[in-house]
Amino acid sequence: MEKYSLSHLRALESEAIHIIREVAAEFSNPVMLYSIGKDSSVMARLAEKAFYPGRVPFPLMHIDSKWKFSEMITFRDNYARQHGWNLIVEYNREVYNRGINPFIHGSKVHTDLMKTQALLAALKRHGFDAAFGGARRDEERSRAKERIFSFRNAYQQWDPKCQRPELWDIYNTRIARGESIRVFPLSNWTESDIWHYIRLEKIPIVPLYFAAERPIVDIDGNLIMVDDNRMPKQLRDRARMRTVRFRTLGCYPLTGAIESHADTVEKIVEEMMTTTRSERTTRVIDFDQESSMEQKKREGYF
Amino acid sequence: MNRTIEEFLAQDERKGMLRVLTAGSVDDGKSTLIGRLLFDSKHLYEDQLQALRRDSERVGNAGQNIDYALLCDGLKAEREQGITIDVAYRYFATSRRKFIIADTPGHEQYTRNMITGGSTAELAIILVDARQGIMTQTRRHTMLVHLLGIRHIVLAVNKMDAVGYSQSRFNTITAHYRQWLDSQDITFPDLQCIPISALHGDNVVERSENMPWYSGATLLSHLEGVDVEHSAVQSPFRFPVQYVLRPNQDFRGFAGKIASGVVRVGDKVVAHPSGISSTIKSIVTYDGNLDYAFAPQSVVLTLADQIDLSRGEMLSLATEPQPLTGHTLTATVVWMDTEPLDGGKLFYIKQGTNTLRAKIVSIAHRIDINTGAKLSASTLSLNEIACVTISCTSPIICDPYSANRQTGAFIVIDPITNFTSAVGMVIGVESGNSCPCESISLSIAQCGIGAEHLGAITAFCRHLSRECGVKIECRE
Repeated sequence: MEKYSLSHLRALESEAIHIIREVAAEFSNPVMLYSIGKDSSVMARLAEKAFYPGRVPFPLMHIDSKWKFSEMITFRDNYARQHGWNLIVEYNREVYNRGINPFIHGSKVHTDLMKTQALLAALKRHGFDAAFGGARRDEERSRAKERIFSFRNAYQQWDPKCQRPELWDIYNTRIARGESIRVFPLSNWTESDIWHYIRLEKIPIVPLYFAAERPIVDIDGNLIMVDDNRMPKQLRDRARMRTVRFRTLGCYPLTGAIESHADTVEKIVEEMMTTTRSERTTRVIDFDQESSMEQKKREGYF
Repeated sequence: MNRTIEEFLAQDERKGMLRVLTAGSVDDGKSTLIGRLLFDSKHLYEDQLQALRRDSERVGNAGQNIDYALLCDGLKAEREQGITIDVAYRYFATSRRKFIIADTPGHEQYTRNMITGGSTAELAIILVDARQGIMTQTRRHTMLVHLLGIRHIVLAVNKMDAVGYSQSRFNTITAHYRQWLDSQDITFPDLQCIPISALHGDNVVERSENMPWYSGATLLSHLEGVDVEHSAVQSPFRFPVQYVLRPNQDFRGFAGKIASGVVRVGDKVVAHPSGISSTIKSIVTYDGNLDYAFAPQSVVLTLADQIDLSRGEMLSLATEPQPLTGHTLTATVVWMDTEPLDGGKLFYIKQGTNTLRAKIVSIAHRIDINTGAKLSASTLSLNEIACVTISCTSPIICDPYSANRQTGAFIVIDPITNFTSAVGMVIGVESGNSCPCESISLSIAQCGIGAEHLGAITAFCRHLSRECGVKIECRE
């Protein structure tokens, strides 16, 4: 007998594919931002699905803060090559050459210069009029308020009080020259949906998500992994091997691990069912000032 | 253990999704209810709960209790002012369903926000304060929910603790409500009335011990079990072409999301507005070709014949009722812009994947959303609702909203500010061509162009008419 109902994952998948195709149809120069995280991996797969059997008609762009885990960079390059993506990598050269360092200058300065400002400069340099991001509304409370097609003025700023109404699945894509739209195809996905989908679709993800023995320093309760020798020696000397995994991935000095033995997707899902902490607790940048995500978003961060 | 997790995953991958709208004002305890649903179904993490406790002490309005409203108020200004400015989306899942809850503010700008949150909802929870009973705003919320075509309604009579969990109070309120629905000729295919206390959790997730007289389902078990018949699947097949895929010479596929109905390989289809017929050759997806597909799947269709079909056009099944086509439509519009309607403006209308130019040429009447009364109006301002006539420069392909929520909906975009000025729901299409712009007739022979170019020139002119709204008819 024929079935006419979609599971929640297939309904979310169809919604995301529709959003991605809409951007390709209505914008002249879109780009998909790629953070190498699990959400980006899902979003890239959805783009491949949206244009099958054709090729994805826009590039992937990674804003490299130069402090990513080295495993992430290896994964990124392999993924783009194997899947035939046109990959653009950009970073803030000027600031990088000046030696901005999260260990010395703190997370706020580092994030602003190496992520937000680098992103804004790259979007401007390439003249992208639409940029996909993998943000989800369940991640953080200011994101719960954001549109799927989120308007940015010519200065790439977000004004949460003046958003375009967004109804049904009809997206207003009209912009003036210099303005742009950030598009979030995963808006309605939760962390749990992402993991179930990764399992269902066998989507490759960075091995850091899986538990393994890693050199860890406890810095104010955050379990920070020693990824290279740029970590100050007095901190590195405190490192000891612990079995950990990462729930989210960012810059290694700013992303805490959790103690875990979950080394398969199934075990991660099982662990999530019993966890008592939300995923962003391991992200240092969410707590560096009041309403910090909303503030970063207004300034142009995803 | 491994077998259990496998079973859990298999079950999880099968469960469906329900989109819910909550309507009520600040005082009805709407945010408290959502917080309660998240809390009792264990979807609040400890750190979120800690932040909530901290914020409740600092800026909360719930006295000794945790102020769940703060959870939904995501923006800094909202937390500071204790109000909800914008629609917030909340997510939770039980073992049976995933839920997307649109939480809409109940105060000023209520119409705009409620319409936004409700546009995708399949079920609406209308909250009533048991002490107050049916208020003007209850009627307003009901009218809007009805306008949006939501078929499943829960009247949640909240704060039952404040009326001593009185059965007669509950009965009075629900009887009142049904009487008023009758007086307005509003019928919902499914209406459930549930007595609850969001603050204490009675009948939200757990059955209330304080109301043994109520034998119906708790709110959550009703949400889990309600049979949302997939009316989109039962409606005739509609496929707005979203994107044409031509990866190589041999493949020409039409990508899109099925708006309604079911399609099978071998089905005879009609393209709109051209009226040309063809047959479905294949239904292509990344995960393999399908024998049939249904709403709301995103697929790629290939046709047996090489027909001219592009974005903004539509496929329907030859054996089913056809969509409406014409230049003049009547519709209910909700004005969303602080700038009032300018009848002289040539707006953009986006309906499905089609964008066309149009003018709102007349206002039949404005609707008072509190009473349902029809009022005369010469213009429209923010949050006003009216029945209007719209004249389009190229044909619109649609269905009445009451028959099809996908193909009957559109947005109105200001051509200067690009803001979404209004949203509309189609009532009907008038036959006959009353295009506000003159149509131009072009003889290609007179232009010195050979007859063999007619096809190409015609295609180009169709593109022009979509882009600029100038209708050009080509002949030899």
